[in-house]
Amino acid sequence: MATRPTIANWLPNCSDCKRTVELVVDRSYIGLCSRTFTMPIEWGKVREFARAIKDPNPAYMDPEFARRVHGGIPIPPTFLMTSMAWEIPEWESGRVIQLDYGNGVHGEQEFELLRPIFVGDVLSWTQRIADIYEKAGARGGLMKFAVIEGNYFNQRGEHVAISRSVMIEFPPKASAA
Amino acid sequence: MAAAVGYDDVKVGDELPRLVIGPLTRQDIVQYAGAAWDFSPLHYDQPFVEAAGLPNVVVMGMFTAGMASRCITDFAGAGQVRDYKVRFVARLYPGDTITCTGRVTRKFQAGGERLVEGELLVTNQKGEVAISGSFRAALG
Repeated sequence: MATRPTIANWLPNCSDCKRTVELVVDRSYIGLCSRTFTMPIEWGKVREFARAIKDPNPAYMDPEFARRVHGGIPIPPTFLMTSMAWEIPEWESGRVIQLDYGNGVHGEQEFELLRPIFVGDVLSWTQRIADIYEKAGARGGLMKFAVIEGNYFNQRGEHVAISRSVMIEFPPKASAA
Repeated sequence: MAAAVGYDDVKVGDELPRLVIGPLTRQDIVQYAGAAWDFSPLHYDQPFVEAAGLPNVVVMGMFTAGMASRCITDFAGAGQVRDYKVRFVARLYPGDTITCTGRVTRKFQAGGERLVEGELLVTNQKGEVAISGSFRAALG
């Protein structure tokens, strides 16, 4: 397909499309990339997140301590999950690749943290469909996998993080009936 | 809690500080949903999960992964994690208590940093594995 639609112009039709439960992966979606999203790293959000994951580390709670010991207020290792909030509703990876989250799970998640990220930074990133494949499920049928890769840059243009999410869709329940 | 351990003091096979959290409550789940902006009904909507054939709302895998990441940051210090990877093995529900354990599997130097790699495991109160993971962290 010569003119693969970009996510931005592909999405408008997406909410209307009625997905059929047909597990055929379309590998031509691999490489599809989102527009660039932006998010400031805010102390309030970092502190709220640290509290939610029950981490009382003063690095997130006490700015004086954080500056003295860490050179700034760092982020918890999984804090970049909050960046998803800035992608909705423009882009939802599940819709774009037609993955049925209602019959699926978040299978794996990785954060590669390449450079320090501190409160005060402003991150920009894109999400990209890095891979789509299918595998035989343990109870028969085909499971569908999608690997979504996010590449994050700070306000100086430095590549600071990579996220990789593996989303899994189970074989359709209809096949068991 | 900052840079709790130095590179020279760590040996391959060393255990990370064990962490026990729970029993987890619905309020904990909702608090994480707000903090992380994860509003899938799977995590708060009882009629929805029952219609899906589940006994209860489900603890987000990334909530558990977040709690477990403290094993690494208590050990290496905040901001010292260079890579954190988790695989979600089994669901957790309100009432479950998690135990996070980890161990160092490798020590090496690269890119001007002194690094350790290791594995991480989260189990529930029955000893069933909920998450298996791995990490790389820089030590002082």
